[in-house]
Amino acid sequence: MYNYLWLIPIMPLIGCIVNGLLGKKFIKNEKAIGAIATLAVFSSFLLSVKYFFQLLGDPVKTHQQVVFSWMSVGDLQIDWGFLFDPLTAIMLLVVTGVGSLIHLYSIGYMHGDPGYYRFFSYLNLFVFAMLMLVTGNNAMVMFVGWEGVGLCSYLLIGFYIDKKSAGDAAKKAFVVNRIGDFGFLLGVFLLFWTLGSEHGVWTLNFVDLAHHGHVLGFGGTVVTIVTLCFFLGATGKSAQIPLYTWLPDAMEGPTPVSALIHAATMVTAGVYMIGRMNVLFAMSPTTMMTVAIVGAMTAIFAASIGFAQNDIKRVLAYSTVSQLGYMFMAMGVGAFTAGIFHLMTHAFFKACLFLGSGSVIHSMHHALHHAHLDDDAQDMRNMGGLRKKMPITFITFAVSCLAISGVPGLSAFFSKDEILWWTFGSTRGMWYVWAIGAVAAGMTAFYMFRCLYMTFYGKEKTDARAKDHIHESPLVITIPLMVLGLLAVVGGYIGVPAILGGSNHIHHFLEPVFGHASEIYHIGIKEAMHHNHALEYGLMALSIAIAFLGIAVASVMYLMKPELPAKFTKMFPKFHRLVFNKWYIDELYDAIVVNPVKAFGTFCWRGFDVKVIDGVVNGVAKLVGLCSAGLRHTQTGLFHNYALAMVLGMVVMVAVFVLR
Amino acid sequence: MSDNLLSLMTFFPLVGMIVVLFLPREADRLIKSVTLVVTIITFFISLPLAFDDVFKTSAAMQYTEFARWISIGDYFQMNYNVGVDGISLWLVLLTTFIMPIAILSTWQAIDKYTKAFMALALLLETAMLGAFISLDLFLFYIFWELMLIPMYFMIGIWGGKNRIYASVKFFLFTAVGSLLMLVAIIYVYYFSVKVGVPFENGFSVAHFYNLDIPGNLQNWLFLAFAFSFAIKVPMFPVHTWLPDAHTEAPTAGSVILAAILLKMGTYGYVRFAIPLFPEATQTYTPFLATLCVIGIIYGALVAMMQEDVKKLVAYSSVSHLGFVMLGVFAMNLQGLSGGMLQMINHGISTGALFLIVGFIYERRHTRLIVEFGGIAKKMPIFATIFLIITLSSIGLPGTNGFVGEFLILVGAFESELRWFAVIATTGVIFAAVYMLWMYQRVMVGKLKNPANETLKDLNAREIVIMLPLLLFVFWIGIYPNTFFEKMNPSLENLIDQVKAKQQVAMMVEEVEQAPIKIVVND
Repeated sequence: MYNYLWLIPIMPLIGCIVNGLLGKKFIKNEKAIGAIATLAVFSSFLLSVKYFFQLLGDPVKTHQQVVFSWMSVGDLQIDWGFLFDPLTAIMLLVVTGVGSLIHLYSIGYMHGDPGYYRFFSYLNLFVFAMLMLVTGNNAMVMFVGWEGVGLCSYLLIGFYIDKKSAGDAAKKAFVVNRIGDFGFLLGVFLLFWTLGSEHGVWTLNFVDLAHHGHVLGFGGTVVTIVTLCFFLGATGKSAQIPLYTWLPDAMEGPTPVSALIHAATMVTAGVYMIGRMNVLFAMSPTTMMTVAIVGAMTAIFAASIGFAQNDIKRVLAYSTVSQLGYMFMAMGVGAFTAGIFHLMTHAFFKACLFLGSGSVIHSMHHALHHAHLDDDAQDMRNMGGLRKKMPITFITFAVSCLAISGVPGLSAFFSKDEILWWTFGSTRGMWYVWAIGAVAAGMTAFYMFRCLYMTFYGKEKTDARAKDHIHESPLVITIPLMVLGLLAVVGGYIGVPAILGGSNHIHHFLEPVFGHASEIYHIGIKEAMHHNHALEYGLMALSIAIAFLGIAVASVMYLMKPELPAKFTKMFPKFHRLVFNKWYIDELYDAIVVNPVKAFGTFCWRGFDVKVIDGVVNGVAKLVGLCSAGLRHTQTGLFHNYALAMVLGMVVMVAVFVLR
Repeated sequence: MSDNLLSLMTFFPLVGMIVVLFLPREADRLIKSVTLVVTIITFFISLPLAFDDVFKTSAAMQYTEFARWISIGDYFQMNYNVGVDGISLWLVLLTTFIMPIAILSTWQAIDKYTKAFMALALLLETAMLGAFISLDLFLFYIFWELMLIPMYFMIGIWGGKNRIYASVKFFLFTAVGSLLMLVAIIYVYYFSVKVGVPFENGFSVAHFYNLDIPGNLQNWLFLAFAFSFAIKVPMFPVHTWLPDAHTEAPTAGSVILAAILLKMGTYGYVRFAIPLFPEATQTYTPFLATLCVIGIIYGALVAMMQEDVKKLVAYSSVSHLGFVMLGVFAMNLQGLSGGMLQMINHGISTGALFLIVGFIYERRHTRLIVEFGGIAKKMPIFATIFLIITLSSIGLPGTNGFVGEFLILVGAFESELRWFAVIATTGVIFAAVYMLWMYQRVMVGKLKNPANETLKDLNAREIVIMLPLLLFVFWIGIYPNTFFEKMNPSLENLIDQVKAKQQVAMMVEEVEQAPIKIVVND
């Protein structure tokens, strides 16, 4: 039935290898390289679509395929195995679908870059890793993808190898991700060992875990620690507090990379992972609460930083961190479906926003380059009034802004609203998480419209010599924008809630994955609220009102009275500096982690290794040397000296013998 | 043929050495070619071992050979007693596999006293192979000491500026350790004869395994062995000879040292120290595991701050071998097979790293990180290979390093060393820090140093050297079962043997502690 499942991840790997080995010397042609890469991903997409429809009509919803054994050592049996179920199906569609569009876009965006083949090779490698992550049937194959996407992120953030900042950002991303991976590994060890030694189930297979996970006991210490460890992994990969700091820096990479990896797919891996292990997470209310609170904190914290950034990609980056926070809020209150739903809609509108910003940057860059200017092509203060020059980019960007802000009828309205409803009404919900989420929604609307206005409205702030060279991007760039823009509008209709007359297709589709744990562990909307339509409508109206409030404030400040922001900055200079500098979190981490570790490393080397250990070693050597230097004087070579020594020795021996 | 396969394999390089000695001194290329051919033939001689399925099912020694050798009266007997099982199998093959690569790396690097170098290299190969296949402790000791001498000269003659200090340090560290071991070996023999083991058995390890050495004596003997092997591994804090030796040694010397010689230490624990003295092992495991964990973190931290690429790689070895030893001390199948696999992985990855350092050293005659930067542009093939090896050293899933580290940590987590495993796992973070930081500073960024402008990418010979290593990086990463299936029977057997003795000892202890109870019951 699903015999070619393994081909889905392998196709992009083939693309990667072909372009990586042959791209530079043999293929050379940009179009051919781009076509190979795009087709590799697109073929995976087609196969995913085929299997998706096959699954729709299939009464059995979980399918596994084992290709061959990976590690077989005693009780530890790990296969190269794949899994296909509704959750994987959705992830596959998102990854390969959005992935294909971004590959297509990159053909235009990367045009003329000397590392063209390298770029597409890495990008394909990324898709391969991401597909391994979402199709793996056990935690280790997932981990292959998990670290693999981290690697590709490293390679692609540092793609412009001349830029030191890019190299630093790449390394930071990898290392911070590794801190998360440390958590992931510990979770694996503890889970594997506890299940095996105490319950006789030696497995890391997700299907088995879902079946046998309950033996760990609801609310047990072990399951709490295990899930917290996994959650640490998720905070690294999905840029949540405290490990979010790498994502904004990751914007050093080419924009298509930001769209694909740092918005649509890789950063959602943590959300997917919690979804995949929902049985375990559901068993630990403590972990769930932690997830929800961390998500909420991240959502509002990142949104606050988004207020004061001038780099268009940085705004989007913080927005991504914030939106990921929403997804974790959802997972934390047990709204697994809503979390995955938001993951999907976010992939559409955020990819569209990033690609839109890329289109702007691309065009700005060319214009500035043409006019021989060194102005920053990503700084929104150099933009303004671009809507007439780049109408398609503008419309798609604006539509996505409306979507992310939660304007009714667009995709994120449905997903975000469902999350907020669950944070309030779920058996695992907390009113304060809802409150934070609602406020953050208003903030999101504000800074996204700030971004929209600064870029596309108002005065043209681009240097006069360059601004006439700004024009709309070619079709290869705008087609993906239009498709994603469309999806950002309609993508939400697969999850229209019952209260609005919908039938929430995605909820039913994912039921086989999440329904089980939710039922056993009583996760759902509280009985009292289940039929309280007034409350549900009320909250919905409130969140719509908050969204419009955010948009209205942004319109006043950045459209009607553009002098206002400067005034605010002057009124609260300290506060502005604090936000502008991202609350100095990077500096804090440097001071309390990075620098002490380096200092300790230097101490170990110069202080301990060289002084103490080698000091002792060389000291002993010297001592031996000194002793022998002293003893050397006895070796006179004169016969009578030796004879004297012998006689003295004999006298002593005799004396000892006699006097004993 | 297969009757004497091990001897043929072991002494073929020695024959080659004699041939090399008769070659004219000026025929540099000829000497190198002959040596290369000898090592390649040795590899092919050893190759049937890799395809022999007997290791999949049998834990016993295979290809055994036995001959009376030296006997002195009726109180000393040592035998030529060799064999190979799942534990030594892959180390033997690693040796024969790495040697041609190491020789090929000298093509341009060694330009003085070529004849002597090649003769020593071949002698070294015989010594290393001999040590891995010895089943007689005294024979092992002879080969063990024999390894020391060629390595000492390799560092001392073909080394860098500080070579004399480094070679003397290398010699003294290892010699101190091996003297202690010699004393312990003789004492074990003396003990065995005393308890009535026929002296014709010589120093046969198989017979020594069955000895019932009293607790206190065991502790002392174990410490002597453990100390000697710990220097070789090297474990913290007796590791400081390694960075110096590596930094000064020529590339081929570093490769052999890292890939194979260090494995003598870890192999020594698995083959001798632990199974000979299981109870003492149990006593000292917490202590030694602590040293492992310190070594992992400490090696990584020190590696991070290094300014010389080669020193960085040397310190990373301290960290990696800490992992190996942690897996060994876990004394369960996952830990031990992870440790064994990681020995091979380290041989491949770190061997490759030393080759890589050699490549840039030959081009620029410096290894200081600050001298480089941005050379990926000039050397794209080199950059790709370097990256893959770096990732393998970091332990990225899909490469060899991951499988080894993962199994070691799983094994340690399942044993009593749980908390050690937790701390050791942080090593994966540090590994990423020091390797990637180094890679970043050497390979990427702007090309600032004009001396790097003229760098040439790898030539065909250099690519040929790296390809087999790359093959195994992925092979072991994706299908390590090729290796596991042939070592696991022997490892299982070893674990059973050690655990059984440890349990007996514990039961005896319990009985000894409860005499009063017995009296009361009477």
